[in-house]
Parts: sequence; structure tokens; C-alpha cells
Amino acid sequence: MSAYKTVIGLEVHCQLKLASKLFSPAEYAFGGEANSRVSAVDLGLPGVLPRLNEDALRVALRAAIALDCEINLRTKFDRKNYFYPDLPKGYQISQFDEPYCRGGRVPLGDGRFAELHHIHLEEDAGKNMHTDQGSLVDLNRAGVALIEIVGMPDLSTPREAHDFLENLKQILQYAEVSDCDMEKGSLRCDANISLMPRDATELGTKVEIKNLNSFRMVERALEYEQRRQQALLASGGEVSQHTRLWNDERGETKAMRSKESTQDYRFFPEPDLPPINISEELIAELRASMPELPEARRARYRELEGLSDYDIDVLTADRHLGEYFEALTKAGAAAKSASNWLMGEVSRVLNENNQSIADFAIEAPRLAELIRCQSEGKVNRLSARKVFERMLSHAEGAMAAISALGLEQISDSGELESVVQAVIDANPKPIADYRSGKEKALHALKGLVMKETGGKANPKLVGEILLRLLS
Amino acid sequence: MVRKGEQSATAICAAFLDRIESFNPKLNALVEVFSTEARQAAEAVDQAKLRGETLGPLAGVPLVIKDVFNLRGQLSTCASRILEGYRSPYTATAVQKLQDAGAIIIGRSNMDEFAMGSSTEHSIYGPSRNPFNLERSPGGSSGGSAAAVSARFAPLALGSDTGGSVRQPAAFCGIPGFKPTYGRISRYGLIAFASSLDHVAPFARSVEDLALCTGLLAGEDEKDSTSLAEPVPDYLAGCSDSIEGLRIGIPKEYFAAGLDPEIEALTKAAIQELEDHGASTQAVTLPHTRFAIPSYYLLCTSEASSNLARYDGVRYGLRRGGDRSLDEMYAETRGEGFGSEVKLRILLGTFCLCSGYYDEYYLKASKIRTLMRRDFASAFKNCDVLVTPTTPTSAFKLGEKLQDPLSMYMNDVLTVSANLAGIPAISVPCGFTSDGMPAGLQILGPSLDEARVLQVAAAYQKATQHHLHAPDLETQS
Repeated sequence: MSAYKTVIGLEVHCQLKLASKLFSPAEYAFGGEANSRVSAVDLGLPGVLPRLNEDALRVALRAAIALDCEINLRTKFDRKNYFYPDLPKGYQISQFDEPYCRGGRVPLGDGRFAELHHIHLEEDAGKNMHTDQGSLVDLNRAGVALIEIVGMPDLSTPREAHDFLENLKQILQYAEVSDCDMEKGSLRCDANISLMPRDATELGTKVEIKNLNSFRMVERALEYEQRRQQALLASGGEVSQHTRLWNDERGETKAMRSKESTQDYRFFPEPDLPPINISEELIAELRASMPELPEARRARYRELEGLSDYDIDVLTADRHLGEYFEALTKAGAAAKSASNWLMGEVSRVLNENNQSIADFAIEAPRLAELIRCQSEGKVNRLSARKVFERMLSHAEGAMAAISALGLEQISDSGELESVVQAVIDANPKPIADYRSGKEKALHALKGLVMKETGGKANPKLVGEILLRLLS
Repeated sequence: MVRKGEQSATAICAAFLDRIESFNPKLNALVEVFSTEARQAAEAVDQAKLRGETLGPLAGVPLVIKDVFNLRGQLSTCASRILEGYRSPYTATAVQKLQDAGAIIIGRSNMDEFAMGSSTEHSIYGPSRNPFNLERSPGGSSGGSAAAVSARFAPLALGSDTGGSVRQPAAFCGIPGFKPTYGRISRYGLIAFASSLDHVAPFARSVEDLALCTGLLAGEDEKDSTSLAEPVPDYLAGCSDSIEGLRIGIPKEYFAAGLDPEIEALTKAAIQELEDHGASTQAVTLPHTRFAIPSYYLLCTSEASSNLARYDGVRYGLRRGGDRSLDEMYAETRGEGFGSEVKLRILLGTFCLCSGYYDEYYLKASKIRTLMRRDFASAFKNCDVLVTPTTPTSAFKLGEKLQDPLSMYMNDVLTVSANLAGIPAISVPCGFTSDGMPAGLQILGPSLDEARVLQVAAAYQKATQHHLHAPDLETQS
């Protein structure tokens, strides 16, 4: 065990899922031609004023409720002043000393929780791009609604940081707060890490790591930084407070050019926006409309028959997958069979087509019908796959697809018996093998029967008939 | 007149344009005259009248707007090099409302750069002059608008009042000017100086015109979150009500050292006039008045330092040093684009907001602001309005205070409190000093009670008719 204790805190910026920006009516969607999603307000033209998008507050409050935060009924916006070309007004409208909520917690997945310091609302900045023709600014992103989720320095391993983010993302997606798509920048994370001797009471000097573009990068960068600081401290060195950038290709962090002094943002209350009073009624309304969150859903799935922990994790990773799963069970599919289908055939098709469950072609009640047909023996597994394939491109029920393919399973013992007898008569070699004790020969015979029936024979029934006729 | 058919809008417009052409070179009140657009708009009004359409209450009325307002397709420069050549893609709510009522925008008026100043000397367009004496300042920062109405270039003008920038030039130029309650008129499209203190405020030739205009301007605007939803009464109707029995408070702090004896005498005569018309007067105290100037300058410079950060050479307006480093571009653009008074205030405000000084300056000033609001609230428990002089002196000479910012700032001592408290305040002409310069009487009312302020102002005006005394521009040179 290392002589040092690691202390990690995360700050997560998350774009709210909204049609328009935080203080302007400009629509927002990822991408688009540079500066095509920009209003006079986003440009910071002389004389324009911000107007709070009420939906942004509602969505931000959903995050607060989902993360168990204490909501401040009176909140206000502040200006954070600094110059940068991607910041059109020369200040960012943010929240400084009266954020809309405080506290809160994120589950780590093992029954433990990491505490949050607070969450605040703020506007996003644009993007600077450096080209051969000089530096350009794209303000499409400027003014987009963000929440900044500030975690307490509560995490002690890079793995916990990873789990924190996974669980946070899941909750925010469940609560429809954000897409949390790191590739599109709708979720961004900075990490703080410091090391302290095991017996120390005071936190060590922290280093901030930026340029973390996936949860995996967060974990790797923290692992690297943990080793770096440990080696530095063990050799009698000191950690200086600064910001480092993660280089994923080289697998290392590197110090950013240090600023001459720390930036003074000169926060003061935003005079263009009156303080906001959040009503208890609004909170109650939002609370009532909250969906079931992942932890609660996992607990409920543990009560279902036949699901493994792994099944449960997969089924709850995406809120919509879980909802599809429940639609299957509600329509009569057994939990385990439904889970197997989702994690097998359905996942395969979604992956192949780069789709999410929301785009899936087969409606849950129809897939449930197919699963029922299979468990009731109306089709065997092989046929069920064929039926499934057909249903992907035909909007029809399972029974309709089965009969269209002529795949009704033969479960008529009379009919099957004559086929089995014919196979026995035509194949003396396997029969002899079986009789001399080679159990495997029975499989070959079964296969022949299936082949003879075009795969439609009820395999269980075939086995029984074979045994009976051969005994 | 246009609505009644006594005069065509075209004829009225032409008459005002003629007058502007004759006398604006003497005053430099307007920095741009929209002759073509104004004639076209007047023509359109006459056509509408011919077609029998219902005309708006300001149909054909020429309007001057301060260079601080946005007007689609036109220059909006705040008299600053940094916005030289900047054309706005949108129209300010206040301007739009008057246009919708039929007003014809005839010109853009001079001002102190970014409304920072009390003399209309800090302008890239050069100083404006007082119509009553060309050697004197028309006041500021809305000096161009005040001089224009005083010189009869237009019957109405829009200004902005952050610390007295409409009331002080109104007093200096012998016309009424009115700053309603903070939030009564939308600030959308008014280029910000100090957001929590900036007010859109009109000038007119009479209190009745001001009342009509204020009624058209007032009301909630979804584009300005600080605008108020309270219903807007008929201000004009209230102007004819008697002031019999009204209780008028005289705050003793407004008659302190520095008040010119002639101004004091004119104010006292005005108070006597109000008493003669049945109002009762009583002495009141606003104990935190002595902190008004320091608090005001701490708050307005703090907000200005942030509001003016957007002029960085990146998106619009002046850009210098764009081929060098980012820091050099910022420094050269802002170094060249802003005048000295603006730079001084940005530096002051930046300092006030720095961590370590914030509590001592910004926060303390905010607390004093709260105390001043309470002072007013408690005074208005026993009084309907307060009456004071608008300015400590009449119009000073051009150049007189230019090298002495502090003395310039002290000229706002009687007006800034109404901005800090956000209460309605009007300046009405109350006579002339011995050297023929106008003086203004300030009437302050409780928050949202514009009607009361206008009522008292109208009664005083009716009794005295000082507002009819026009400057003589023919003989001055």
C-alpha cells in the first residue's frame, strides 16, 4: 500500500437538453455552419439584454432533484469577467455565491456515494479555431445552457472517478437533463487530484487536469498523475498548484503554460437579470414528473426472476433500453428471455446499424409475441431468428411473420413420429452407433430430423420420440 | 395637428428640417439628420391620412434620438470612436414604440461618450452648445437631445438618464425632462453604461407632451427582464388634476453648501408657487444623501467596466492591431477606441470589482443604495412628492470642468439619488438666473407613481409657463 492517500474531485460541465440557448431565443443543436446559430444576444451586440429561458431552469432543477441537491429557493446570476475572443460580452453569465442548489450526491454503484459541493447554471462560450488564415471564432455554442456540477474532493481512486462519471451520466440521461455525449461536448470533465501522507490531516496541493475527452481518459490521466505526484513526493519534491493537459496518445499529462498570476474574475451580481424565486410548487411539480432513476430501477430488477447482475447493469445502462425491456415483460415475455433477446439479437442489430433502442424497428409487443412463441414451442430458436429478421423489415406481428415464412413449429407427435421413423429407417449407421453406447449419435439423428422438417420440428418433441422409438 | 388635418406631416417635417439646417451648425446638437428617411416617413403618414387610416397618437411628430439607441440600419455609436461606423441590425424597444405611434425620427443627437459625462463635451463629434448661450454647455450626457428640443428642432427627444443625464440637461436647456421608475421603460436597445442605473427618459416641450410620450414608452417588454409588468395609467389625464392638499416634502440635504444662491432662490419661489396652489410643504430628511455621489460612482463604474468589455475588436466596431497578438489587439483597439473619461471609469470600475476591494467598494456602495431607498420610502410615508433644485448651478461654460472630473461629478449631486433608488423624477423649467440661463425644479415621487410627479409638474408649469420661453438662436453667434 502506498504511503500516500489520493484525493480526487471532479467538475463536470453538462449542456442542458433544450431547443434554445440560456438567455437568447437562438436554437441550439450540435454542429451547423459556423456562426449560423447566433442571435444578437449571443453576439453581445450593443444594447441587447439577456432573458432567462425558463425551460433551462426547469431542466437544471431536474438535475438537482435527481442528484438529491438542496434547492435554493432564491438564486441569482453573476457576471464572471474575463477577455477571450470566444466570450462575446467580455463576461460569462454564471452563478457565483448563490447557486440554484447546493450539496447532492452521486452513487458510485457499490452502495457508496460521492458528495457534491453545488451545481450552478451558466452559459457556454463559443469556440476559437486556429487556421492558416488566422484565428476564427464560431459562436454557435456561445450562450448554450450549461450546468456545472462541482464535486467534493471525495474520491480516492481513479476507478472511483470513472464510476462517479458513469453513474452521473446515467442519472442525467435518465432525468432527461442532458445527452451527456462527450464526443459532442455536451459533457465535459475537469479533474483535480492531490496526494497526502496517510497520516496527514491537511489536503495536499492539487493539480487540475484538462483535455479529458472520455471517461477512460479521466481514469488514465488520474492514474498517470497519481504515479507522477507519488514519485515526486517520494523523492522529496513538492507539487505546485497548476493546470495540466492530458495527452492521450502519449499517455501523460503536461503542465500548461503557467499564467503570471491567478485570474481575478471580478464577479458581481448580473444587473440585467433580477434574482429568481423558485417556488415550492415548481419543485413539487418537477419532482412528481421525475422518472425512476437507475439505482431504483436496478433494485427493482434484482427482484425479477433469472436476471444476473450483469444483465441488470446492461438493461439499466440506458433508460430507454430498460423501458423497452419492461415493455417486453409487460407484454408477456419472461424477464430472462427478454433480457437474452435484447443483449443478443437486438443489440447486434442496433450496433450494426449504429442505432439506439429508440430507433429500433420492431415494436416491443411484437417482439414479446415472438419471445412467447419461442417459449411456448411454436417456433424453435433457429426459426425465431429468421422470424426476427423478417420482422425488422416488415411491420407485422410474430405470428404473421411465422406463417408468412411457413415456420410454424411441428409439434404434432403423429406427424413427427412418421418423419423420425423414416430417418431411423434410412440411417442404420448412427442407429448402430447409438446402440453401441455413443450418445452423441442421437444429436446427429436429431439434426437429420430437423433438416427433414426444414427446421420446423419441435426439438424437444423430436428428442422424446427418438428415445421412445429407439428404446 | 396632423391627425386633425390642420397641417400635413410633410409640411411639419420640412419646417423642422429647415430649422435644423439653419441652427444645428451653431449647436452641434444633432450628429446626423435623417432628412430623406424623415421626409419619406412624413409622406407615408400623409398618405395614410388620405386613405382614411387611423393615425397613431404621435403621427408625424418629429423625434430626436440620442446616439445611445439602436435604430435598424442606422449608425449607433455612443459618440465613441470604438463604435464609429457601426450600423445596428435592430431597433430599440423604446424607439420602436414611438415609431409605432407614428413618430418620425428626424435625427441622432450628440452625447458624452457612452453617456459618461455631464456636459456633452466627451464626444467624437465635438461638444454641443447650449441654445440659451453658445459659450455654455447644454449639460449631459443627453445634451444633444436637450439642446435639440430647446432649439425647437423637434418637439420630442429620447435621452438616457443614468445619474441625471436627462434631468440636468433639461434644466440647463429650459425644457422638461422625465426619468420614470426603473423598469417602467424597456432598456432593450439602449446601449448600456450602468445597467442597474440606466433609464430611458424623454424630453419634450411641455409636461403634457412628456406625459403622453411616457405613457407610450412605458410597459413590460419581454426582451428586458428588468422591465415591470405593472399597469400604466393615463398620465396625460392626470396632468389636469389640482394639487390642492398634496403634501410636498423639502429634503434639507438638497439645499446644502455648493448650491448657487440664485438657483436656491428660484427653487424656493417655485415651492411658494406650489403652496399658493394649495399644496402643503414640510421639511424632510434623506440622511444618506451625502453618500450618493461616491456610491453612484462606485456602482456605475463597476457596471461600466463589465458592460464595455464587449468592445474588444473581435466582432464589430473598431479593430486595431488585429495582425498582432490577442493582447495587443485588445490594448490597441480599446486604447484608441475609448476616450479618456471612458478609460478613467473603466479603470475605476475594474478596481472596485477586484477581489480584495469588492467588499470595501462595490458591496458597501450597494448597501448604501439600499439605505437610500429606505430614506426615500420613509420620506414618502408623509409626502406625496419631494421637490428640490435639479442642479446646484445653471449651465457652466464649455471647457470649464473638463480638466476637473470631480467638480463635473459633483454637478450630479442632486440627481443621482433618484437613479440609485430607481424612483421617478422630473425636471421642469423654473425660471432664469440673472444672466439669462434656465434653472430646473426637480420633483421626485415614490416608485411607480409617475402620475403624481407629472401631475405636480403640470400644475407648476400651468402656473408659471416658463417652458414657453424659447432661446433666441437668430442673434447668437
